Amino acid sequence: MSTLEHDPAPVGEPAEEKAPSRLAPIGRFVVSLLRMPTGLFGVLVMLGFVVLALSAPLFIHPSDLSVTQADGPLLAGPRSGYPLGTDPAGRSVLLLVIWGSRTSLAIGVMATLLTMVLGAGIGLMAGHYQGRVGRLLMHVTDWFIALPSLPLAIALAAVLGQGATSITIAIGVTSWTGTARLVRAQTLAVEARPFIERARALGATDTQLITRQVLPNVMPLILVSSTLTVASAILSEATLTFLGLGDPTSVSWGSLLNNAFMQGAVTAGAWWYLIPPGIAILVIVLGFTLVGRAVEHVLNARVQPR
Amino acid sequence: MTETAVRRPELGPGEPLLDVRGLTVTYRSGRDPVYAARGVDVTLAPGETLGMAGESGSGKTTVAMSLLRLLPVDADVTGEIRFRGEDLLSVNWARMRAVRWAEASVVFQGAMSALNPVKTVGDQIAEPILLHEKVGEKAARERARALLDSVGVPSRRVTSYPHELSGGQRQRVMMAMALACGPDLLIADEPTTALDVIVQAQILTLLTDLVKERGISLIMISHDLSVLASTCDRIAVMYAGRLVETGPSRVVITHPLHPYARALAGAFPTLGDPASRRAPGGLPGDPPDLREKIEGCPFAPRCPEVEDRCRTGVVPLVEVVGAPDREAACIHVPGYDAAVARG
Amino acid sequence: MADRTGLESAPALEARELTVTFPARRGQGSARAVDGVNLALGRGEVLALIGESGCGKSTLARALVGLIPPTSGEIRYDGLPLQRTRSGMREFRRHVQLVLQDPYGALNPRQNVHDAVAEGLRLHGQRAGLTRKVSEALEQVGMRPPEHFFDRFPHQLSGGQQQRVVIAGALTLGPDVLVADEPVSSLDASVRGEILKLFLGLRDRLGLAALVVSHDLGLAWNIADRVAVMYLGRIVEVGTVEDVLLRPQHPYTRALLAAVPSTEEREATAVLRGEPPDPTAIPSGCRFHPRCPLRATLPEDAAQRCLTDVPVLPPGTGTRQVACFHVEDGPPAPAAPAEQIEVTG
Repeated sequence: MSTLEHDPAPVGEPAEEKAPSRLAPIGRFVVSLLRMPTGLFGVLVMLGFVVLALSAPLFIHPSDLSVTQADGPLLAGPRSGYPLGTDPAGRSVLLLVIWGSRTSLAIGVMATLLTMVLGAGIGLMAGHYQGRVGRLLMHVTDWFIALPSLPLAIALAAVLGQGATSITIAIGVTSWTGTARLVRAQTLAVEARPFIERARALGATDTQLITRQVLPNVMPLILVSSTLTVASAILSEATLTFLGLGDPTSVSWGSLLNNAFMQGAVTAGAWWYLIPPGIAILVIVLGFTLVGRAVEHVLNARVQPR
Repeated sequence: MTETAVRRPELGPGEPLLDVRGLTVTYRSGRDPVYAARGVDVTLAPGETLGMAGESGSGKTTVAMSLLRLLPVDADVTGEIRFRGEDLLSVNWARMRAVRWAEASVVFQGAMSALNPVKTVGDQIAEPILLHEKVGEKAARERARALLDSVGVPSRRVTSYPHELSGGQRQRVMMAMALACGPDLLIADEPTTALDVIVQAQILTLLTDLVKERGISLIMISHDLSVLASTCDRIAVMYAGRLVETGPSRVVITHPLHPYARALAGAFPTLGDPASRRAPGGLPGDPPDLREKIEGCPFAPRCPEVEDRCRTGVVPLVEVVGAPDREAACIHVPGYDAAVARG
Repeated sequence: MADRTGLESAPALEARELTVTFPARRGQGSARAVDGVNLALGRGEVLALIGESGCGKSTLARALVGLIPPTSGEIRYDGLPLQRTRSGMREFRRHVQLVLQDPYGALNPRQNVHDAVAEGLRLHGQRAGLTRKVSEALEQVGMRPPEHFFDRFPHQLSGGQQQRVVIAGALTLGPDVLVADEPVSSLDASVRGEILKLFLGLRDRLGLAALVVSHDLGLAWNIADRVAVMYLGRIVEVGTVEDVLLRPQHPYTRALLAAVPSTEEREATAVLRGEPPDPTAIPSGCRFHPRCPLRATLPEDAAQRCLTDVPVLPPGTGTRQVACFHVEDGPPAPAAPAEQIEVTG
């Protein structure tokens, strides 16, 4: 019996529908995302706000934002030169809203980063180390879930002092639990699959398992969760600032709403001062949420088992 | 036999119970149509057992499910399915529902998921009885107990839930459900695939006994030729949606004519046969993509005996010269050229 | 190729009195999934471990590759006991590798073929000549040209190709032993033969020993040199494939063989009744005794022994052993010293 008899026949073409696209996986992902109407709209909104926020210093002068130097009519309705009217100090509401996006986005993104790192880290650990460590982590998580988030955030911000940092920390500390539970559930699901066993058999250590096998498979969930978390972080920031916990000198949507209320815009009927920040929040939250859902859809569609 | 209110036209002598002609099924759900079955002819006499052999993508499950019109709505089904002389493809839904279960029933694959986990097995067996016949709940219960007994499950289990039973017992419950209304035709889709060898033998023995006792015709679907050969009178081998060989089961498994049937038979070696000792029979390549309209014989890319003329035109199923109860769709079959010339 | 039943050197992989116990789910004691197993795999031999579901064969396979720590007993590689230290286990992994049942599940859906095959090397920090080793491994499993497959993802491959990739991944570390748990049962029937041929080819070309766990007796006939039959956590019969499959002695083995579908008429009585008991409630004495057809034919005192004494197979390999007191090659009487039994069949 010669060895040639047992040589396997050359395997044919891999089973595949059409020739693979030349784009890298990232490129293909973006293309699929943009094909979805919700994805396209969401990405446009997101990009629009980011571009506006980043480019704001180019067309907004400090004088436009200064209470003392603004020279527009006081609390006047929309007119030429002031498309969204002015605030009680004569500043253009439109410019204020655009400038406010900087703070709101910055805090939103930073708080999300904090939430993700904390939540994903704890979730991965709790899912991977299922013994005492895992149970302990879950108890901690449950404890944090039980705490009412808004009062906690207020208390934290009050203790840490007013300002962007304390708001960021407050949001991070109260939002990570949702991500942690999601990531833990996904980690458990991924670790039940045979390729984890295979990696162990090949000789992977715990760290290697988590970083090389589990994390890439949990990443889609983390990505989706991030976009949705940004949306809620922006909302939380607006809420906390509205309640007066933000930096009084910086302009953000929450502070605009706060000022509007404090200065009686409602009774004065100055809708142009009150509504735009709210709509801005609404639109950006919508944009991020749509992107999050679209990303989830695209990622799920590509990795479905046959 | 049970008393039912269902119309059962009598069969004339020699008339087949089931006569399928030119069955073609195309799925149109995705971007490309999937040609799951192409021009399949099947005949079944009362009390006869037929095994449909093939692997994934062969079309065997499609054909079996189409008999009771259990395919998804986007499936395009053409041809004729004559059950007791009636073309099931052209009857109205009320008649179809009446036929389903009362005259022909299915034992599904994967008893674990085909059973409802929140209902007792007794309820599930009684369900078709209550649906099809005008009997009260108590009588249906009694029948369920009797059915459980006849499939070898202690009748006190009538109040158990599926998760309280073992795999073999659940498969028996599925069979009891299928027999509940006394059908004339039983379709068993991979009834023993997930089972161990001994439990498989138990189930197959049970199936054979039940079918013989009650004079039921059986269509069994499996990828395991040896299971089909031991249980069925005839075997039909399918590949890429087409029949490639039919004949008495013993002959087909010991002397297959079609190269694919030969490869499939080789995958189930006979213990003690020196030819297969340290010589696994295999087939390079993979089953074809059913989304493509295939030119010529679908097996050509993998066939060890392929010739140029296999790749063009159609290679029809022809009767084998000298063996009138055997058919094969291969140019190497004795009498192929003559049969094709005859048209 | 001659049967490799004798051994000149230490077995490649060996289990000695191996026991793996799991706490039972409903709190009723514990389940002895593997209960005192002695099994040896010789160098370059293919051993089939046959049993039905629940017999503990998968647990035994995983314990043998070090994925499940045994409750008691030991595992030896090349004659030396396995060191359960981090470095000991890493070393072990380079010699003994695992192939699982579900090839699609065994591959990380986010890794392409190149990375999946290279994973073992990367985990062990052997990055030198990575792509070359990946190409070699893919060639060994018949995927040619290898570069053609580097960028493919698991869902773009067929079942047979996926399993080849898994095997290639196991080969990169240069193991001497492959443990395969139902390597072909989730593949289409016509594809199985190719993968089985691959195992034989690897044995012939690379001298790999293989322990193949399966419920399929035909697989043992196709590729194995020796076969061990397992029931409820213990080995009940072991010997060459010809001996065990053609001249079975243990009543359970006979029942298994009688159950294989055949075209001959089968008597209803030949099929074993009932199902194996739960591993938390293992019968006393010979654990097969409640279902044993042989026992029913024995005189009273002989049948009584089945309830009280446990038939024990002494450690060793290359011999014919049957865990039954009432057959020709059964274990010696407890009073006599344990001796190797010559193959007489």
